[in-house]
Amino acid sequence: MARYGMVIDTKKCVGCMDCVVACKTENNVPEGYNRDWIVYVTEGKFPDVHLEIQSQRCNHCDNTPCVSCCPTGASHVHDVGKVVLVDHNMCIGCKACLAACPYDARFIHPDGYADKCTFCIHRVEKGELPACVSVCPTHCMYFGDLDDPNSEVSQLLASRKYHTLLPEAGTSPRIFYLI
Amino acid sequence: MNSISRRKFLKITGFTVGAAAASTALNPIIKGAKEINNKKAKGIQKIPTYCDICFWKCGAIAYVKDGQLWKIEGNPRDPLSKGRLCPRGTGGIGAHFDPDRLRAPLIRTKSRGQEHWKEVTWDEALDFIANKMKKIKENYGAESIASFSHGIGGNFLKHMLKAFGAINFAAPSFAQCRGPRDVGFELTFGDSIGSPERTDIENSKCIVLIGSHLGENMHNSQVQEFATAVQNDATIIVVDPRFSVAASKAKYYLPIKPGTDIALLLAWMNVIVTEKLYDEDYVKKYGFGFEQFVSEISQYTPEWAYPETGIKPDLIRTTARTMAMYKPATLIHPGRHATWYGDDTQRSRAIALLNALMGNWGRKGGFYFPVSYSLPPYPYPPYPTPTKDKLDNPDKKYPFASEEITTGIREATITGKPYSIKGWFVYATNLIHALPNEEETIKAIQNLDLLVVIDVIPSEIAGWADVVLPESVYLERHDDLHTSAFKEPFVGIRQPVVEPPADQKPNWWIAKKLADKLGLSHYFPWNDIEEYFDYRLKAAGLSLAELKKEGIINGPKQPIYIEDGIEPEFATPSGKIEFYSLQLLQAGFDPVPKYRRPEEPPAGYYRLLFGRAPVHSFSRTQSNPILMDMMEENEVWINSDIAQRWGLKSGQYIRLKNQDGILSNKVKVKATERIRPDCVYMVHGFGHNSRMLKRAYQKGASDAQLITKYNTDPLMGGTGMNVNFVTFEVEV
Repeated sequence: MARYGMVIDTKKCVGCMDCVVACKTENNVPEGYNRDWIVYVTEGKFPDVHLEIQSQRCNHCDNTPCVSCCPTGASHVHDVGKVVLVDHNMCIGCKACLAACPYDARFIHPDGYADKCTFCIHRVEKGELPACVSVCPTHCMYFGDLDDPNSEVSQLLASRKYHTLLPEAGTSPRIFYLI
Repeated sequence: MNSISRRKFLKITGFTVGAAAASTALNPIIKGAKEINNKKAKGIQKIPTYCDICFWKCGAIAYVKDGQLWKIEGNPRDPLSKGRLCPRGTGGIGAHFDPDRLRAPLIRTKSRGQEHWKEVTWDEALDFIANKMKKIKENYGAESIASFSHGIGGNFLKHMLKAFGAINFAAPSFAQCRGPRDVGFELTFGDSIGSPERTDIENSKCIVLIGSHLGENMHNSQVQEFATAVQNDATIIVVDPRFSVAASKAKYYLPIKPGTDIALLLAWMNVIVTEKLYDEDYVKKYGFGFEQFVSEISQYTPEWAYPETGIKPDLIRTTARTMAMYKPATLIHPGRHATWYGDDTQRSRAIALLNALMGNWGRKGGFYFPVSYSLPPYPYPPYPTPTKDKLDNPDKKYPFASEEITTGIREATITGKPYSIKGWFVYATNLIHALPNEEETIKAIQNLDLLVVIDVIPSEIAGWADVVLPESVYLERHDDLHTSAFKEPFVGIRQPVVEPPADQKPNWWIAKKLADKLGLSHYFPWNDIEEYFDYRLKAAGLSLAELKKEGIINGPKQPIYIEDGIEPEFATPSGKIEFYSLQLLQAGFDPVPKYRRPEEPPAGYYRLLFGRAPVHSFSRTQSNPILMDMMEENEVWINSDIAQRWGLKSGQYIRLKNQDGILSNKVKVKATERIRPDCVYMVHGFGHNSRMLKRAYQKGASDAQLITKYNTDPLMGGTGMNVNFVTFEVEV
């Protein structure tokens, strides 16, 4: 069975936020909230500066503290691609998952439930790419099955250096940043 | 390959393409927006159009779900967007939903600038305008009505005004943006850079960006090509006082002292010439005045440039040699917003000359020869013969101005010389933010008998208008056909996707109705715009139905490089690339660019630099609910050490005060390692003071407000605006 993940080439990303805008329109994310966002990591002293731009979102971890802590079972691992999802009808908005997520990837939707990136599973199930990946003008984002060694994402991870966010949290995140 | 005359490719007969298009079966589902909206069809409709959030005009497909506008994506057929819009374009649907939009025509009821209005019908508003126009014509002549516009939407209004007898038309895109660059390249190669720029970024092996923050200025096709070049391991060299996003992709980042770019360019050329690293065959074949150029350039060693620019001689040499190593696939990008210090045409000319040394004009990875679809114009009656000359550039004061100068029209409006200007039409350009020195703009406005502003949002300039006309946004209207010159020819259509929410009208309708009231109906012989499209498309052998269905009709690929067999033609006086310009010399200017040291900021002051963010266009998108949510205010970038010296922390609000004592709105500090200590930076377009822009009102600071000073380029009248200095007011 597939295990979906995302690979983002930080060499190509210009931090334009098209991924954020596309997610907003595709998923009708309410004003003031975002399911994905851009982080600028600056190191060094001018003019010897290093900047890495990261398009961040739910890491759809292999080890899921958000699912383990959910008292109602609303947070769950989906059958398709092991994508981490929230069942809005089962969610009571208790915020346990917000506290458990080391990536601050979740928010409480104004309608009262926990919300976050779904990897656009409604699109993926139709054979389309997540909205953020499909719009990216620099083509810096890749999506696919990490368990398939021939997938584009697996090939990229095999051939390039990369890192994940907070590996020390032990969550085994499935968003990878090529460097 | 035999050499092919360039002209053969500038025009394409539409016949073959049209014939091919006609054989394609039409999709029975999509027959245009009107029918769809009337039925409020269930399910998802996809309607192609092209974007209007900036000027790039990317082909797009809008999605309507159960009759409601849902989202917009790139049209894969479009060579500009290649199926991917930029963040502004993706957020374009917010323009339709913007609650601050103008909804009905407004006539001013109190004094100018007070924003007191009465809502009127279109008939009343257009009668009011037509009567004022007739009076101005009677008293001063039709030439006394001028227009400022931005974007393709201005076409029909300009046509109406030309039919009326107006002759003074200008756009800030020339004297406040790309003008110096275009003139600098025209003086050198005899041709301009165009929009979209004729830069072959995707095939470049070495890209040099001088103050051009590609990626932050989200010019879609260029950013896509830039990412391709980065992926292909092109060597990137970035020159900027600020560590831009592009700088983060660069192998060489040159943190130049602001205003000293010409010194660096001269030193680079010195290295390339003295070490004979240029393309000798190319220069010999196409160059004019190379010996004089070499003799002039020999004095500008990297050691000479070091104290001016702050860039070490070794780094100047290494980067010059790197450029030469990859020639002709080395591209020194001409930039776009090029109005910095008032010597901008000469800086652009230096950039053009450095490119010429690379032998890259017409070469793969350099500057290609653009092609476009040739659509015959609509056969209108001839315009009235003017009795006066244009007044923006009297006595050819700026001898190399190749387009009209906005600030020249403003000046004439203030002085009444060479003749009075009594009416302004302002279309989709917020002159308060676009022109330097707001006070002069307001002074000019006070001399007018009529100021008409046509826009989708109540910008600052609308606040000063006598009549404000609410235009429908691009997703609700047709505009003229789009045939930009690019790497391949194409025709694009903008067509309505949804109905406007209130009494907004498309510009073509406004122009046509006003023409009727002015007795100029014969200049608009078509009943609606589709008739106009149909005429022009048929004349080119194309089908309107096909274009409405696909959004884009692609023409056949054409040769665009010298490598394809094109023999370049240079429309300069010598017919060659002018390393030494006799026409500049004859007009009293430097035939080879010279460096002049910029003015230093006074103690405790910092040079004010400004630029773009990828999620906003100019000052026109800050009330778009989606784009506002991405970035609702700007920040002032201050070098960390300087911020510490002032005790300033990131996130803290301060005000900026310029050298003339003008105080900005409060703005957040961004203390950062990404900028030099002698300058500050902010994104343009914020700090709105139009009360009608409720969401954007007083958010962030306006750089335009602080630009009270400007240096005018003596060659072409551009306004160099990076000459203002600011200090910090910690008490807000």
